[in-house]
Amino acid sequence: MAKIEVNSEKCKSCELCITVCPLGLIKLSDRFNSVGEHFAEQHDADKCTGCTLCAMMCPDFAIEVYK
Amino acid sequence: MEKVYGVPEGMTGEKTSFCAGCTHMLAQKLIVECLNEMGERDNAILSLAIGCSMNSVGVTDIHTIQASHGRSAAVATGISRMNPDKIVLTYQGDGDTMSIGIAESLHTANRGEKVTVITINNQIYGMTGGQMSATTLVGQKSTTGVRKPELMGYPFNFAEMIGNLKAPGYVARGALYSPKYLMQAKEMIRKALRCQKEKGLYSYVELLSFCPTNWGVAPKDCLAYCEENVLPVFPVGEFKTCF
Repeated sequence: MAKIEVNSEKCKSCELCITVCPLGLIKLSDRFNSVGEHFAEQHDADKCTGCTLCAMMCPDFAIEVYK
Repeated sequence: MEKVYGVPEGMTGEKTSFCAGCTHMLAQKLIVECLNEMGERDNAILSLAIGCSMNSVGVTDIHTIQASHGRSAAVATGISRMNPDKIVLTYQGDGDTMSIGIAESLHTANRGEKVTVITINNQIYGMTGGQMSATTLVGQKSTTGVRKPELMGYPFNFAEMIGNLKAPGYVARGALYSPKYLMQAKEMIRKALRCQKEKGLYSYVELLSFCPTNWGVAPKDCLAYCEENVLPVFPVGEFKTCF
């Protein structure tokens, strides 16, 4: 059981986390943050294995992984 | 649930002024993680340069000095000679190392100073608005034109060049393109720092980076773009090692 937490204010919507998630569990939200970016969001959290690749690739420290 | 990955110790983790998809912060993260593992973060001095790389001022708690444009390696030489017990790093861009600072970079390598030079190579001048740099690829568009070898020469392979010199202890080129490359790059930075600490030799690590804004490529397409265009010109690997 693992999950990620995305800090929506730090996310710049670069989508690098989306490209590296081996299970494709991350997508851009329909909502905006305060600077108008569609931040990344995890769906199907129960499938997350906590591999930390998304957090490793995030250049803005927006992702934290919990296991 | 326990946190297994977050902001590494020694970084503020605050929002930075880099563009979306810029991999500068990944390089900073790798440097801090390597220094943490060696237990040398408080003992390190980082000489920053001019360019996008200087936006990383204040994102770490490493002792930092801001050098003039291109003179980061020369400043690091001075620090290293006066403080032989410190770990001295420079953090530069390709414009700083290979264009304006080529004399300092090359002679620091040739003298074999006890410093670690880390260069972020994104094949373009990022901060000034996408002008052609010494490493711009043949046929690549920049705001000052398309690179033609008969007019502007070929992209500058600095790592291969100083890999042939006698004095450097460790010369390598890594990339910041995906987790696979990040792990390889971290090993290179670790070896470069060990080379400085244990052998007292010069070490150089070039890290290939994305510049989605000035390339005009979306960050999610950058990996495919780089594997097709950048890696054949700038191969990843070690060119000289003292281990």
